[in-house]
Amino acid sequence: MSIAVKNVVKRFGNFVALDDVSLDVPHGSLLALLGPSGSGKTTLLRIIAGLERADQGSVLYHDEDVTRRSARDRNVGFVFQHYALFRHMTVFENVAFGLRVRRAPKSRIDARVRELLHLVRLDGFGGRYPPQLSGGQRQRVALARALAVEPAVLLLDEPFGALDAKVRQELRQWLRRFHDEIKVTTIFVTHDQEEAFEVADRVVVMHNGRIEQHGTPQEVFDHPANPFVMDFLGNVNVFQGRIQNGKIVVGGIEMAYPEYPHGESRAATAYIRPHELDIDRSPVDTSSLRAKVIQVNPNGSVAKVRLESEESELELHVEINLERYAELGLRPGDLVHVAPRRFRVFFPEDYAI
Amino acid sequence: MPVERLQAAPVEPERRFRQDPLLVRVPLILTGVAIVAVLIVIPVVNVFYQALSHGVGTYWRNLAGDPDTRHAILLTLIVAPTSVALNIGFGIAAAWAVTRFQFPGRTFLVTLIDLPFAISPVVAGLMFVLLFGLQGYFGPWLRDHGVHIIFALPGLILATTFVTLPFVARELIPMMEAIGTDEETAALSLGAGGWQIFWRVTLPNIKWALLYGVILCNARAMGEFGAVYVVSGHIAGQTDTMPLRVQKLFDEYNNPGSFAVASMLTSLALLTLLAKVWLEQKTRREMAAGAQNGLEPAQSREVRLESL
Repeated sequence: MSIAVKNVVKRFGNFVALDDVSLDVPHGSLLALLGPSGSGKTTLLRIIAGLERADQGSVLYHDEDVTRRSARDRNVGFVFQHYALFRHMTVFENVAFGLRVRRAPKSRIDARVRELLHLVRLDGFGGRYPPQLSGGQRQRVALARALAVEPAVLLLDEPFGALDAKVRQELRQWLRRFHDEIKVTTIFVTHDQEEAFEVADRVVVMHNGRIEQHGTPQEVFDHPANPFVMDFLGNVNVFQGRIQNGKIVVGGIEMAYPEYPHGESRAATAYIRPHELDIDRSPVDTSSLRAKVIQVNPNGSVAKVRLESEESELELHVEINLERYAELGLRPGDLVHVAPRRFRVFFPEDYAI
Repeated sequence: MPVERLQAAPVEPERRFRQDPLLVRVPLILTGVAIVAVLIVIPVVNVFYQALSHGVGTYWRNLAGDPDTRHAILLTLIVAPTSVALNIGFGIAAAWAVTRFQFPGRTFLVTLIDLPFAISPVVAGLMFVLLFGLQGYFGPWLRDHGVHIIFALPGLILATTFVTLPFVARELIPMMEAIGTDEETAALSLGAGGWQIFWRVTLPNIKWALLYGVILCNARAMGEFGAVYVVSGHIAGQTDTMPLRVQKLFDEYNNPGSFAVASMLTSLALLTLLAKVWLEQKTRREMAAGAQNGLEPAQSREVRLESL
């Protein structure tokens, strides 16, 4: 089922949690609501679920207005951040709950619960109580419970937030495969950009109660709509400078920027990701920056290098692959040249942040 | 070396315990024992001693042979459970309102629930007499319609319920606050209605706190004297409850009879105590079971024990 959110506004006292938010979620997609805490992502999820009421605007399920409908009647599967399992019920009863309150026949409940426990790989755990399960197992019980009523939409609030790194990694991949299997429209909330990019087909970046960008992970990562998205999606080197006649001058280097051919000089900020910078022993051209290596940290598949620019004393973060790192033989104190392969420019006055 | 260390560890706290000199410890312990003996053990034992001093036969005749005493026991067995039932309803409703909704005057309501603890029971009884007695505000109207509240069963129930009002609510409010609304919200999203949520999710979570409140409430309801004394008019065979009967028999110099009824009340108190200990151990065990699995114990249990 597709979901549409239209011009939703939600206030808590003076705090504007959602400021005129509109969003379309296509049928069968797996969408991540990504943003820092307080960005309104959980509020939006709860409004979609009917657990919170919008002050203005509407929520549509497949063209049907459900804005005034209670969560009880929306047929939504909701997985809570801390799972909210019924602590006095066994795993079996937790999963069966939605069917029991609908007075489903016993034989159907038994079959359905067994099927779901198998689906979330918890066969044989039916008789346990929630406190006897690990975090990852509880998470899967919560998921099975939400799926028991065959919801048209599955909503997950920070589904992996309370788990340790390894389990989180496993569950992410599992959720992705799981979604490919069941194909139910799914929205999950996260503050972890890596998680959003790894799991979702569509990412919605939220900030201060607004949607900053909506697109596929590739689109959002490669073409951030604004400095906030750029900054939020991981480490980035920020250079303040000026732009004029198709050229940008930042931190002592000059780079071509044909998108701005105007004669009028403007303040501009260049954003360069660590992996978009190259390190060389000798200067390549005018667009390279002399810098001193401060720290080298070969870590996994890349070497993270921290440098300080000679002219502007700006700190730079660069990531190079291990082969390049071995070739260069970098040591702290070395003087090298840093050149950007790619960069993005935003004009600060366009984005008051 | 490792052996030494293993032995050293358990010895440590014991030595600290022995640091206080004998001169301090012995008088302290003796004072403690003496206070408990004088204030609690001797009086309680004496109640049973006095009650049974003329033999078991007399004891039984004192309880079962006197129609007024029989009626007092019956009356207490009517008044106390009725008050408890009313307070279960009120306590759950109040705790639900206070912990599940935000509304103006919420904290005031919480304070108000405690009022019966602060007011002297005699004053409480007097308030009802002034409202429903013949000279009271509603007295004439009630008399004209043939309703008897003061000097009758409804008055006894009213006064007892008032005095025991905080017990159930006081137990439930911190409990329901600690549990939070997550499970109820989850039940709602799974399609449960209000009553289904209450019976299937809320009640099982608060049942021990509720039972605890009920035990305390019942003990207080059975033993209530002051408020009931004022509203009952202590008519023998009609409005005398057990505590009133104890006092009346005592006034009539019928010590064995008085102590026989008193011993019954005391037994009820001891039963309450046992039930309380059992309940505490049960919740503690459940908490330990949760902790043993290397996982957080159910939050509720922790809070329960703190609130006890």
